[in-house]
Amino acid sequence: MSVEKIPVKKARPNDYTSEHHPVWCPGCGHFFILRALTKALAWLNLDKENIGLVSGIGCSSRLPAYLDVYGFHGVHGRALALASGLKLARPDLTVIAAGGDGDGYSIGGNHFIHACRRNMDITYIVMDNEVYGMTKGQPSPTSAPDWHSKLAPKGTGLARFNPMGIALASGASFIARGFSGDPNGLTKILTEAIEHKGFSLVEIKSPCVTFRPEQKDWHHAMRLMNVTLTANPMEAAQAIYGSDGFDTGIFFQADMPVYEAEAANEKPHSDSASMESIEKALLV
Amino acid sequence: MPNHHQQTVPPRLAVSISGSGGTGAVTVGLILLDAVAKAGFYGNMTRAFGPQIRGGESAVMLHFSDQPIETLAEFSQLHLALDWVKFDRFEDEIPLTADSLVIYENSREKPPGLVENSGATLLGVDLQAIVKTIKGSRINMVALGIVAQQIGLARHFIEAALQKTLGRKGSEVVETSMAAVDAGMALLTDTPLSGLANWQPTHQPRWNMSGNEACGLGTLRGGLKFAAAYPITPATDIVEYLARPLVQMGGNLLIAEDELAAMNMVIGASFGGAPSMTATSGPGLSLMIEAMGLAVAAEIPALVITVMRGGPSTGIPTKSEQSDLNQALYALHGDAPHLVIAPLNIQESVNISQWALALSEALQTLVILVTDQHLGQTRMIMDPVDKLPLTLSRLQPKADPTADTAVHYQRYQITDSGISPMSLPGMGSYQYAAEGLTHTESGLPSSRVQDHAQHLHKRSHKILQFDYGELWAQRLPMANAQHTVITWGSSFEAVKEAVKLLNHRGAAISLIGLRLIMPLQAEALAALTQHQKVLVIEQNDSAQLSHYLLAEKAIPLDSEAYAKPGPLLFKPSDLIRPIQTWMEDRT
Repeated sequence: MSVEKIPVKKARPNDYTSEHHPVWCPGCGHFFILRALTKALAWLNLDKENIGLVSGIGCSSRLPAYLDVYGFHGVHGRALALASGLKLARPDLTVIAAGGDGDGYSIGGNHFIHACRRNMDITYIVMDNEVYGMTKGQPSPTSAPDWHSKLAPKGTGLARFNPMGIALASGASFIARGFSGDPNGLTKILTEAIEHKGFSLVEIKSPCVTFRPEQKDWHHAMRLMNVTLTANPMEAAQAIYGSDGFDTGIFFQADMPVYEAEAANEKPHSDSASMESIEKALLV
Repeated sequence: MPNHHQQTVPPRLAVSISGSGGTGAVTVGLILLDAVAKAGFYGNMTRAFGPQIRGGESAVMLHFSDQPIETLAEFSQLHLALDWVKFDRFEDEIPLTADSLVIYENSREKPPGLVENSGATLLGVDLQAIVKTIKGSRINMVALGIVAQQIGLARHFIEAALQKTLGRKGSEVVETSMAAVDAGMALLTDTPLSGLANWQPTHQPRWNMSGNEACGLGTLRGGLKFAAAYPITPATDIVEYLARPLVQMGGNLLIAEDELAAMNMVIGASFGGAPSMTATSGPGLSLMIEAMGLAVAAEIPALVITVMRGGPSTGIPTKSEQSDLNQALYALHGDAPHLVIAPLNIQESVNISQWALALSEALQTLVILVTDQHLGQTRMIMDPVDKLPLTLSRLQPKADPTADTAVHYQRYQITDSGISPMSLPGMGSYQYAAEGLTHTESGLPSSRVQDHAQHLHKRSHKILQFDYGELWAQRLPMANAQHTVITWGSSFEAVKEAVKLLNHRGAAISLIGLRLIMPLQAEALAALTQHQKVLVIEQNDSAQLSHYLLAEKAIPLDSEAYAKPGPLLFKPSDLIRPIQTWMEDRT
């Protein structure tokens, strides 16, 4: 069979953006994540109609409306479950889930664990600003124990949730931390994550300038792309647990079994022939 | 249809078997049901279990007839006890009277007081002694032979059924079992029951199927391509049944981490274009409610089958009740119009579940199909069911968009029917974001008064304007009747038999079995009942259906309810007197 070479139209980042302007506050880190994501999609030259972008509820979960792809703005905490159903039914799509730290690690915590465990070919982007922004500033699972807020005037006193540690323990095959203030590094991480076959967690530190103005200092604190990639979970665990949260890059990437649709390769008969045999099995 | 289906009350042979864990009472029941079917008859089998996960006491109740039978008998004519361990647990399910014959294993225990006091004829046999003479045999196979002999079931039907059930364990196992069956058949040759010999067998093909399997089959026929579920009694059998055939049909099954995930997975798969469903029961449905509202708001086709059990809270997981109607109707927050549909018996679960899935696709919304433990887990010998000739499908935009339509694609476009063309990922130029927030026609979030009202109306309008045809209810009208009984779900068959019997005795009662409960065909129902005395019969404590029908002004204000909680299914004999009493008061 001869394959005709068709000149491929190279996509540009703006091809992926919709006409809608984000509801985010001026200076919000999420703007840069949106930009890095469109750059990654353009770099990969993906067809817009073959991308499924699923989110939950929260500031960051508004993302789907801002891209010109097939999007789904669902309910709080369930983006990964919805994305898993979509990916299994439509293995041909590039499926990306996105949301915040509260959405993914608190109300969606169980789905996060099991999405890692299934290791389906989904990219999960978490825009982590250590706060519930949409409800105006409550502590999230990644907030520092001593962060004062209306809801926890003395701080929560609770240790931070360690998303990358949980992901590693639960079976995710790609684990990275990015920074919204590092567009180039972030674009590279997102490109690798989307290309990776398996579940990819991209945990992105993204300052909330409104409720966590002190996070503007992250610009000085973050160490850009300083992490050494490993496929060894022991080494990855050391790097993840040894990090103060300001190291960025891909911590872990490994070739691990991926949960996939089995229907495609197990359908030797037509629907009517299959149905006939299914009904025959019911006969006395 | 053969005319024997028209008989008032089907001839019936009621047999039960009980025993402690490992005695194999359920195996005997399954083989008997299959063997009687092979002999050319019909029947159904219900089960009762102790609370143990495995190896607890269990009982099966079988009803045989020369025609399809879904109702339960007033009492067990023949009970066979493999032992008496914790038999009192089954006192409700296995009613014994002076007309019952009880055959029991007598080498260990005497019958308990409740059995002795029932007045039943008791006959002890030493099954243990018999199995000692047949190496490798078990007492349940001797019992199988005894029951076969008592009901007049020929040996070769047992052998054929055994071959089907035990054949994979090798011919020796079958031979040993048949030796025990033969010993059982030779043991008691006096057969006081009038058995199968009096009936005309059929040679037509029949299905051996549970209601849960029927729901699985119906959804497959409806084009199901995706199921996600979290295990819960008594609904899990549906997805267990689907696991293989769904893949054969090119679909996929996802075991969810919880019901919240299951419902969202269904929505995701359906967004991708796969006709999708989940199956659960009351507690699981509670966890799905939020995402069910998403299916309504984002207009995603989704089928949820809920198999009701005793509630509230954990309730009685293994037994039946019709007490989750309110949950199916009202549990969603906001104005969330959706469909609530219920099959009236096991056999029609095939077609009604096919219809339910098709409606979810055609109306791009949530459909809740409500069955219960009895409908779901009772196994039945039935006539094969023809596929419903439905032509419902999901409305999609033109595959080849012009530049103009593509730029202006509005996923939630206001249309005359309220149904908007729904694009699927992969269709170029039709990208949109499905939205659970109140939105505009293009899907953009909006909190404006006009958008809110417009889309609330759109979603209720598309459901109300739809022509559901004749399937919304099953009507058995009676000429000159001034009394109408209304019921639903698993109560229907018992009510139908009771009403037929009373009509046969000279009463004039019309019967309506409701399938489409939401949107209620209130005008049609009101027209049918406006000059009638109405009695609503349902199996719950709070008369949920009755209150709903009254609130919708679908039945007269002086209508009454006969509502009794589960977990025991109504028997026709339970309903004769309540209906008679109501008629006497309401003449």
